[in-house]
Amino acid sequence: MAQSKKKTILALTGAVLLTSALTACGSNNNNGNAANANANKSPDAATESPAATSDASSERYEKPVTLKLMIDNQTSTEGIKAVADEIEKRYNIKTEFDLRPGGDEGDNLVKTRLATGEMDDLSFYNSGSLFKALQPEKYFLDLTSEPFMQNVVDSFLPTVSVDGKTYAAPSGASQAGAWLYNKKVYAELGLSVPKTWDELKANNEKIKAAGKTAVIGSYKDSWTSQLIVLADYANVTADAPTFADDFTNNKAKFADTPAALRSFQKLAEMKDYMNKDYLATTYDQALKMLVDGTGVQYPMLTFALSNIFATYPDKIDDIGVFAQPADSADKTALTVWMPAGIAIYKDGKNVEAAKKWINFFASPEGMALLATKAKPEGPYVIKGATLPNDAYAGVKEMMPYFDNGNNAPALEFLSPLKGPSLPQLTVEVGAGMKSPEDNAKAYDKDVEKQAKQLGIAGW
Amino acid sequence: MQKASLTKASKRFYTYKFLLPAGIIYFVLFLLPTIMSFFFSMTRWDLVDWDFIGLDNYKTFFSESSLNIGFRNTLIYAVVTCGLKVVFGLLLGVALTSGLRIKGYLRSVVFFPTLLSTIAVGIAFSSMMHPTQGLINKSLALAGIVGPDWLGDTSIALLSVAFVDVWKGVGMATVIFIAGIMSIPEEYYEALQIDGGNAWDRFKHITNPLVAPAMNSVIILAFIGGLRSFDLVWAMTKGGPGFSTDLIASIIYKQYQGGFYGLSTAGNVILFIGVSLLAFPLLKLLSKREVDL
Amino acid sequence: MKLKGTKRIVFEVIAIVLSIVIFWVPFCFVIVNSLKNKTDAAQLDLSWPTSLQWSNYKEVLIAQDHMVIRSFVNSTLITLLSIAILVVVSAMTGYVLQRRNDRWSGIIQFLVLAGLMIPPAVVPTIWVLDSIHLFKTMSGIVLVEVALGISFAVMLYRSFMATIPREIDEAAIVDGCGSMRMFFQMILPLLMPVTSTVIVLSSVGIYNDFVNPLYFFPGAKNATIQLTLYNFTSMYNTSWNLLFADIILISLPPLILFIFFNKKIVAGMTAGAVKG
Repeated sequence: MAQSKKKTILALTGAVLLTSALTACGSNNNNGNAANANANKSPDAATESPAATSDASSERYEKPVTLKLMIDNQTSTEGIKAVADEIEKRYNIKTEFDLRPGGDEGDNLVKTRLATGEMDDLSFYNSGSLFKALQPEKYFLDLTSEPFMQNVVDSFLPTVSVDGKTYAAPSGASQAGAWLYNKKVYAELGLSVPKTWDELKANNEKIKAAGKTAVIGSYKDSWTSQLIVLADYANVTADAPTFADDFTNNKAKFADTPAALRSFQKLAEMKDYMNKDYLATTYDQALKMLVDGTGVQYPMLTFALSNIFATYPDKIDDIGVFAQPADSADKTALTVWMPAGIAIYKDGKNVEAAKKWINFFASPEGMALLATKAKPEGPYVIKGATLPNDAYAGVKEMMPYFDNGNNAPALEFLSPLKGPSLPQLTVEVGAGMKSPEDNAKAYDKDVEKQAKQLGIAGW
Repeated sequence: MQKASLTKASKRFYTYKFLLPAGIIYFVLFLLPTIMSFFFSMTRWDLVDWDFIGLDNYKTFFSESSLNIGFRNTLIYAVVTCGLKVVFGLLLGVALTSGLRIKGYLRSVVFFPTLLSTIAVGIAFSSMMHPTQGLINKSLALAGIVGPDWLGDTSIALLSVAFVDVWKGVGMATVIFIAGIMSIPEEYYEALQIDGGNAWDRFKHITNPLVAPAMNSVIILAFIGGLRSFDLVWAMTKGGPGFSTDLIASIIYKQYQGGFYGLSTAGNVILFIGVSLLAFPLLKLLSKREVDL
Repeated sequence: MKLKGTKRIVFEVIAIVLSIVIFWVPFCFVIVNSLKNKTDAAQLDLSWPTSLQWSNYKEVLIAQDHMVIRSFVNSTLITLLSIAILVVVSAMTGYVLQRRNDRWSGIIQFLVLAGLMIPPAVVPTIWVLDSIHLFKTMSGIVLVEVALGISFAVMLYRSFMATIPREIDEAAIVDGCGSMRMFFQMILPLLMPVTSTVIVLSSVGIYNDFVNPLYFFPGAKNATIQLTLYNFTSMYNTSWNLLFADIILISLPPLILFIFFNKKIVAGMTAGAVKG
């Protein structure tokens, strides 16, 4: 009892926790993703469809099969619908969208639906530790040996795998935590993309001197204040390659690891470059500032490009993306957020159809269809799926970081620990209310609280 | 109440069975959770299973600054809102029972905000409190004053929210005071008038002491309301910037959001105990004062 | 303070000016800005709209698949159901409590008082609701609203019962009335004044409730009017005109109630609050 109790607690608390932490960061993937199913791991699934053993992906169902797909209501479903329509045409599989709320509320809902056995056939869910906290091995189909998983870029797999088994396929393109910048203003002021933190500061000075806001702060939406810390992780890992594991195992702390503490210090160093109203400015207002050039740089996740495109379509190509610079140019790398995963509920009634669904979805063809409706916010993690020609300029600017391998996943994809108070703590550092050292310590305590509530070994 | 001399017949008549529907609902959805909260506050809990962890959640609550900042803030918030509601409520109550010809209008205007949605009020005021674009600071600028960042400056953000709370809630206090003042028999004032007392004497010797029951109601209602306050802060600042406007109730919500159900419940128990420790003695003290007068 | 002559006029003028600055300005600010276009509303000032944009209201109503309308239906249902139950069960309780005075009634009165003061235990309540399969259901939130509103309503009923002479009961007893029949046929109608107070005050409270639906009635389909407004703050944070239009829309029911019941509310309030 105690054992299973612990596990459940871990999973459930973890799910909520992490989701709150992550969604606080607003990371919604706007792309589709694919779930697939491996019947052999689930007796239930195996009994459902004898056809499971043969690859039936090309077959069309005679009678229409309807799959329910659970997805949060903040993700744009247009692209997924386009793929789903094609799937319906080919396989006679209809897709019924079951919108759930985003954020913690949505996570609670997913948790409850899983626990009560009422999960939809397919579910979209954040990859990384959030997904792992759902206990995928208990509820989702093992997809490890499904042929369509061969298409998936390797770096995605660890974010949806537990004990070497993979439980979800990617829903589309990745994105990055980086600096969005207004290329027009950069050109006007004769600036070039900074390769080191000092270069960034030098740029800031010039922008400030030109009477513009160098760094846009939008702390009214406190989640946005985390970005400088979160987007620094690829740089941290260059200096401290084992930090994620040590951090998870209670062996490394932000406050004691110079490379990690540096992330908080970098945040504090930006205070003088921010807009005057940064505490009253919201995310949407920040985007507006960036687009009209009154603000020149904005540390943000690249999903913001889609928001910009939706509101200011003619300005999208003015916006570029660069990785948050490290102190030395050779260590500067892009911090990547993996797309959401699509998982198959293993006790669902249509496991085979769900596999077919993902088989098509998570293919270059599926991604191409997706791209017709939803532009990628970063490179796809499906092999052979290329960026469409009309991709955002900012996304194209991200490609070199991928081509050269100068990138690393964000910490939240590598460790289940992400203290829920990080947004408040980064507001305090960013606004100069607390020192970076103090709040790095406070964050370590916040993480400790979370780890204890999760019952993670070693805490 | 009547003396306890009910006949058997009437006892059968005023049967406690009448209390059952209310009692069941109240027990199941209020008392039971309250009792359970003492147990669950000592667990690590996911709504399905729990691990008993003793007083760890309480230790966490008291030791972590992001949690215990709520105690100070809540107390400040309750004292400030309650105090201002009493002062302004009494002033308005006196004014609105005087010979003003526009008292009907004023009563309506003052009372109306209490009927509005707290969320709506919070949103409207936070837009007016925007540091540069907000109506308040723009008006101050016309007078050459540079207004503060009402909700962004950590030293005043809590007070700004408290001010909005008073704006919305003072109507309730006023109405209670009006009722209290109107229940004072006119003869008292007439007697004073014969003795040649002025308006201040009227207030000092008659209104103020005799309005005590109303004052007690206001203090109790406003103080407990302040301690339990959540929605206004949540609509205006979400506890920020940083943790500077976090109240116990918003911290409870954040722990709930984080999935720390045991910890959240510990916060609930602390609030429960805090309210009881402060409110019941306050109630006693106040009713004693009432008797002394 | 029977003010006379100029002094009174000065006082009145001051009072009117203050009431305008403190109370009317915020109202006008929201109303005016709800009728502006997006750019003008972003100025957040009191100027008259360049053109009255009534379409803002329509836009809010149809936004997100008629979210506002759906949440309005939810809120209305919750309010009506809660009030219906609340009135009946609280009247019965207040009636018996006032008429009896024994060792039990003391305990019960303490519990009533406790209910007025003590903050509800949130997560355990969710746990209870979940155990009886009422979490995230309309019935669940209705019962929670009733449970948390009982104390206040019972106190109003109890104090009002004191004004109803016992002779009425006694006459009924003599006539051989059953206890149920007597309550519903004789007492409940006599409680009408306080019932209307309970209805008005509790309905405003429940309609405006944000916290309980937030905890006990989550889910996009379940949205109540307050939660919808709250969620719109992030959705519309660059469209103040729409946000303010939503504020006006959801403030209409309390406004209507206020216009019709202003006197009654104030009278009922005072009766309950002071005696209770």
